[in-house]
Amino acid sequence: MNFSWHRFWGIAEKELIQLRRDRLTLGMIIGIPLAQLFLFGYAINSEPKHLPTAIVMADPGPAARAYVQALRASEYFDVKGIVDERDSTRLLDRGDVQFVVTFPAGFHRDLVRGRRPTILIEADATDPMTVGSALAVFSGLPVSEMLRDMPMTTPSEGAPPVDVRVQRRYNPEVVSAYNIVPGLLGVILTMTMVLMTGLAMTRERERGTFEQLLATPATPIEVMTGKIVPYIGIGLLQVTLILLAGRFVFDVPIVGSLALLYAVVLLFIAATLTLGMTLSSLARNQLQAMQMTFFYFLPSILLSGFMFPYRGMPPWAQWVGSVLPLTHFLILVRGILLKGADWVTLWPHIWPIIVFMMVVLGIGLKTYRRTLD
Amino acid sequence: MSHSTAIHVRGLTKRFADRTVVNAVDLTVNRGEIYGFLGPNGSGKTTFIRMLCGLLTPDSGSGTCLGHDLVREAAAIKRKVGYMTQRFSLWDDLSVRENLDFVGRMYGLSDRRAAVQTCLNTYGLADRADQLAGTLSGGWKQRLALASCLLHRPDLLLLDEPTAGVDPSARREFWEELHRLSATGVTLLVSTHYMDEAERCHRLAYLAYGDLIAHGDARDIIAQAGITTWTVRGADAAARAEFAATPGVTDLASFGTVLHVTGRDAALLATHVPKTAARLNLEATPIEASLEDAFIHLMQRATRPAQS
Repeated sequence: MNFSWHRFWGIAEKELIQLRRDRLTLGMIIGIPLAQLFLFGYAINSEPKHLPTAIVMADPGPAARAYVQALRASEYFDVKGIVDERDSTRLLDRGDVQFVVTFPAGFHRDLVRGRRPTILIEADATDPMTVGSALAVFSGLPVSEMLRDMPMTTPSEGAPPVDVRVQRRYNPEVVSAYNIVPGLLGVILTMTMVLMTGLAMTRERERGTFEQLLATPATPIEVMTGKIVPYIGIGLLQVTLILLAGRFVFDVPIVGSLALLYAVVLLFIAATLTLGMTLSSLARNQLQAMQMTFFYFLPSILLSGFMFPYRGMPPWAQWVGSVLPLTHFLILVRGILLKGADWVTLWPHIWPIIVFMMVVLGIGLKTYRRTLD
Repeated sequence: MSHSTAIHVRGLTKRFADRTVVNAVDLTVNRGEIYGFLGPNGSGKTTFIRMLCGLLTPDSGSGTCLGHDLVREAAAIKRKVGYMTQRFSLWDDLSVRENLDFVGRMYGLSDRRAAVQTCLNTYGLADRADQLAGTLSGGWKQRLALASCLLHRPDLLLLDEPTAGVDPSARREFWEELHRLSATGVTLLVSTHYMDEAERCHRLAYLAYGDLIAHGDARDIIAQAGITTWTVRGADAAARAEFAATPGVTDLASFGTVLHVTGRDAALLATHVPKTAARLNLEATPIEASLEDAFIHLMQRATRPAQS
């Protein structure tokens, strides 16, 4: 297919002129991200369960085993396995586990002698709600019952037999804005990208101007790409706005590489734009495009871990969530912004977005109407 | 296919679901001709025009447009054809100049700026160049639409009811322009509902519910309709009912105080119409059927497919 850059830019420029004249849309582009950012200061709480946990065991004695047993028995922790220290950091970075529990060397011995050994809990606190309630559960584990048979010297009366230390990683002060700002990046992009492209295409069809476009030598690929380009710019603008507000108003740290962050953002924009274009080729008018957008938008918000902790959801909901690009995008953005993760670590959450995009693109090209038939 | 043929199609057919919208139409339009396209609403005119400029793919049949194959060379056809849609379909939120400029870009005009300026001047749009197209009145919108499809100097213009909703003086001017274009060698295919416009065409085709039922110049169309018409002066509603019941009469049409009584069987009309007129104290005169009588007859016949 011969592609004309000339026509491509012509379409892109026309789209920009039309956007400039559309005050309401323009207001939405700037207003929605900021309004949401300030409104979502406080998030809805909920009780997560089965949080993946890794154990580092420097002392494989019976006391530590009793603890792990108690953890397994509780509904809050889902013990994924016993690992060494280096692996545990990687698991946390990737977001594969929420907690790492470390039993120090000589744990059993110290416990028996009443020396109050230390148990270290490292928690991924990027999502503070998930961490808070689980820590409360940890201190209330019924380990004392299990240890009853064990001959041990009781430390000074009333004091617990072990010293539990918690290290909140990535978000030591448990600021919910740390969670909300990266989340909003994804939610705003999903909302505006899918909706705006969907409307841009169906508007042409509804007003009859699509017929005019089709009557000219412009090819479908020129029309589609030419219409997409301005929205990529808008998406990047929104991301920059939220990041600036997050950094300077909410003091959200930016630990990782900005270049990687923007690369991930571009991938996500590409995926959502593809979806918007595909929806618009399925929708007959602007109203339908709007309805389809919301049909996609709601599960994205509810099941991606933006509204409710991902790990607090039932398995079927987690499965649905794992298909949505937003779920992975949230992990990616938190990983880069708060943990400084690199792309190798994050790859497990990059490829699902690419797969999603490819599938949607396939559907889009199949249903795109070259003619008016 | 000689060089003097602009459009040549055979058996062109289009179906939407199980409804045949254009049924095996054969049509030849010569270069430089103004070809009128008539027929009731929903008779397939728009669909036919869309197939000519590559917006719709025919289900069967074949043909050429400006020497290019309809199905395989749609891209080449699009570059040489100007298509004016039935509804104003330029961008309301772009100014007149921006609209023309955009269309010029889509056709890849080399000297776009100059072409747009010339076009603005030619069509008297220069004063309104910076006005948003959506705020133009009907007549100006139509003028802009025509200007935009002439920007790339097409060899063939397809105009789908271009003057719907335009006042008589603007319509008159519009047709003058079409004739000027035709004189420069541009071929025009114009669909219309207006009789005066039909009379301004070199040749005509009548499409009814997908079938091409008559074509040729005005004289041919009247001959193909095969009708005889009598006029009766001063007939009132009661008289009208009498004529409707007269044997041989198929259509009645009032033109002010004059009633046109039309039928296919000339002999039957000649015996009965004067009798009815005499009974009512009116006078009936045979006239040469007009194009309008022919169309009214064709339309009535088309809505009653069982009789045609």
